[in-house]
Amino acid sequence: MSTAPASAATWTRRHLLGLEELSAEEITAILDTAESFAEVSDRPRKKVPALQGKVVFNLFFENSTRTRTSFSLAAKRLSADVQDFSASTSSLSKGESFIDTARNIEAMGCDVMIVRHSISGAPHLLAKHVGSSVINAGDGAHEHPTQGLLDLLTIRRKKGRIEGLTVGLVGDIAHSRVARSNIWGLTKLGAKVILCGPPTLVPRSFEQLGCEVAYHLDDVLPRLDVINVLRIQAERQQRGLFPSVSEYFYFYGVTQQRILRSRPDVLLIAPGPINRGVELTPEVADGPHSAILDQVTNGLAVRMAVLYLVSGRASQGDRAD
Amino acid sequence: MSTIHIKGGRLIDPSQGIDATLDLWLREKQVLAVGRDGPEQVDEVIDATGLIVCPGLIDCHVHLREPGNEEDETIATGADAALAGGVTTVACMPNTIPPLDTPAGVEYIVLQAKRAKKCNVYPVGAVSKGRTGNELAELGRLVEAGAVAFTDDGAPVANPALMKRALQYASMFDKVIMQHCQVMELTEGGVMNGGFQSMRLGIPGMPPEAEDIMVARDIRLAEVTGGRLHIQHISTARAVDCVREGKRRGVRVTAEACPHHFTLTDDRLASFDSHFKMNPPLRTQSDVEAVIEGLTDGTIEILSTDHAPHAPEKKARELNLAPFGIIGLETLVPLTISYLIEPGHLDWSTAIRMLTIAPAQLLGLDHRKGSLRPGFDADVTILDPSARWVVDPSQSRSKSRNTPFGGWEVTGRAHTVIVNGEVRFRAGELTSP
Ligand SMILES: [Zn+2]
Repeated sequence: MSTAPASAATWTRRHLLGLEELSAEEITAILDTAESFAEVSDRPRKKVPALQGKVVFNLFFENSTRTRTSFSLAAKRLSADVQDFSASTSSLSKGESFIDTARNIEAMGCDVMIVRHSISGAPHLLAKHVGSSVINAGDGAHEHPTQGLLDLLTIRRKKGRIEGLTVGLVGDIAHSRVARSNIWGLTKLGAKVILCGPPTLVPRSFEQLGCEVAYHLDDVLPRLDVINVLRIQAERQQRGLFPSVSEYFYFYGVTQQRILRSRPDVLLIAPGPINRGVELTPEVADGPHSAILDQVTNGLAVRMAVLYLVSGRASQGDRAD
Repeated sequence: MSTIHIKGGRLIDPSQGIDATLDLWLREKQVLAVGRDGPEQVDEVIDATGLIVCPGLIDCHVHLREPGNEEDETIATGADAALAGGVTTVACMPNTIPPLDTPAGVEYIVLQAKRAKKCNVYPVGAVSKGRTGNELAELGRLVEAGAVAFTDDGAPVANPALMKRALQYASMFDKVIMQHCQVMELTEGGVMNGGFQSMRLGIPGMPPEAEDIMVARDIRLAEVTGGRLHIQHISTARAVDCVREGKRRGVRVTAEACPHHFTLTDDRLASFDSHFKMNPPLRTQSDVEAVIEGLTDGTIEILSTDHAPHAPEKKARELNLAPFGIIGLETLVPLTISYLIEPGHLDWSTAIRMLTIAPAQLLGLDHRKGSLRPGFDADVTILDPSARWVVDPSQSRSKSRNTPFGGWEVTGRAHTVIVNGEVRFRAGELTSP
């Protein structure tokens, strides 16, 4: 790539903790930067020296092979040194505190920490205690900003815009970090967001974030430009938040019939991994409306952009290539 | 015989309806006289000009962590924090390890407090054996050992049948059952108030109805049993309404409010800072206003701290894993002055009543504490009502530092604190007796 887009110069943050605190301009700056990195993945030699000499740590206190792999690959394409740290093999099991663990890693010379944790706010806690840049790779039910950004990038590339679109988020909104990041990102960029699922998973209080809440998918389907299908976790059913997976599928499963009742150009996205037969059928997941695999590709570009921006290369005015 | 003459202060004693510039004389361990004339021969004169002189403050809701969690607090360090905050008497909660459910456990607290020789410490016994909510503890023998009230605080007495029996049985000793009101099935896994903010932040919520329902249930049980019920750390608008309505029906119910519930709201959790994690959780602005209204109209008659010390390494964990609770003894007076008296919600006399005779009545100590009547215990708090200062957690006398009020500029603090006729705190310093 050539130099970073001019909009990247607006980026001044050391951390990426969530989309709630970002302005529309900052979100757009990340998306524009990601566009210019997307091209790197199409080269035969998929590497730029932007983060040469930098050390990036993956601190995953909760398993997620996909997100970790995507971040690792993004960091490697920027020529950073990448080290994985997963809690199962760590001293955390011996009672060392979360903050002590991070400080030890920092003492090894870490520049960027990518943090995944099952508790909301854990990356924010680290950001207060370490000198490294912290990227939130998903915290509890709070935010998953890079997932939100890659969804935005996918929608923007497929639809040519975000503003003015109507996007439906279907599924377990209450417990979803992806939903929150998407809500902040989409509403800041001017899309209308409709949340759809049973009231136990989609509380009315989400209306206060500027969303529309709907309980009947079939009623809202014809209005949607984008259907974003969120994951249903089996443990929610065990806790009695909905009666059964088959009842859920009956009311909210995205099937070929429902796609046929949707707009002809409806775009279907879903954060991985998907449960085929629970949230959507295989024919829909693999069908012409689906951008699920594009999301994976775009995820790489978004994570390269975020790593590049938080590590301060853009503000220093360095050339990426 | 040692005699202390406190002169020139604004003496406020709501138990006697006094708010006037009057002198006070203490002899040995008792109040000798209030007025303009007293004995000529005195051993010490304390000039209280410009200061407020009142009965020693009583906090009916304090966690001292001894025995079992001495890394968080001990009876001695907690009592130091009390003195620095102007509090001469505390009632300590039974959720220690082991819990205060045996006469031996209760007597241990009495003994350790005597050894520490700081403020007065009265143990509150557990309602149930092991605080498990299954079987009544030996309430009568706990009373004989020194327990002044009962609670399973930290957890509610969930079983309504056990709660009913506790109210019935304790009435034999005219002791109050203090209840931490919370339906646990509604708060399972909860970390903060359940509502808009918890939804926004993706943090598991403890909805207000979990408190409302238990308050309503227990008021009904107090009504049918004729027992004495005390609602601890009330925090929701509906719960305040419920107490107000129960009182109107003549139920023997009292309630306390803590400073954090009339100064802070749940949007503070946006910082993910565990110093804002407490149980009951910080609620919404309308709940804060309802608590203040309850204090103003007399529905809530007691101010307490729920002083809940936790060592820094425990509070520094991830939000869901950090324990609930904050320290509060040293910020009780300034927060009461700054957020209740100065804005005009309470006058001085009402606020002092909530910190003296009202908790004394609750704990059955009103025959010797909470008042400056001659013959009562010589516990006196002298406050500087206009001192401006900044809360600095590192200066706390508590063993712990878990306050959300660090850096807050507040008004008013303890000037001199006298316990049993001895000056135990003076000019910002603890004095060894
Ligand atoms: Zn409690």
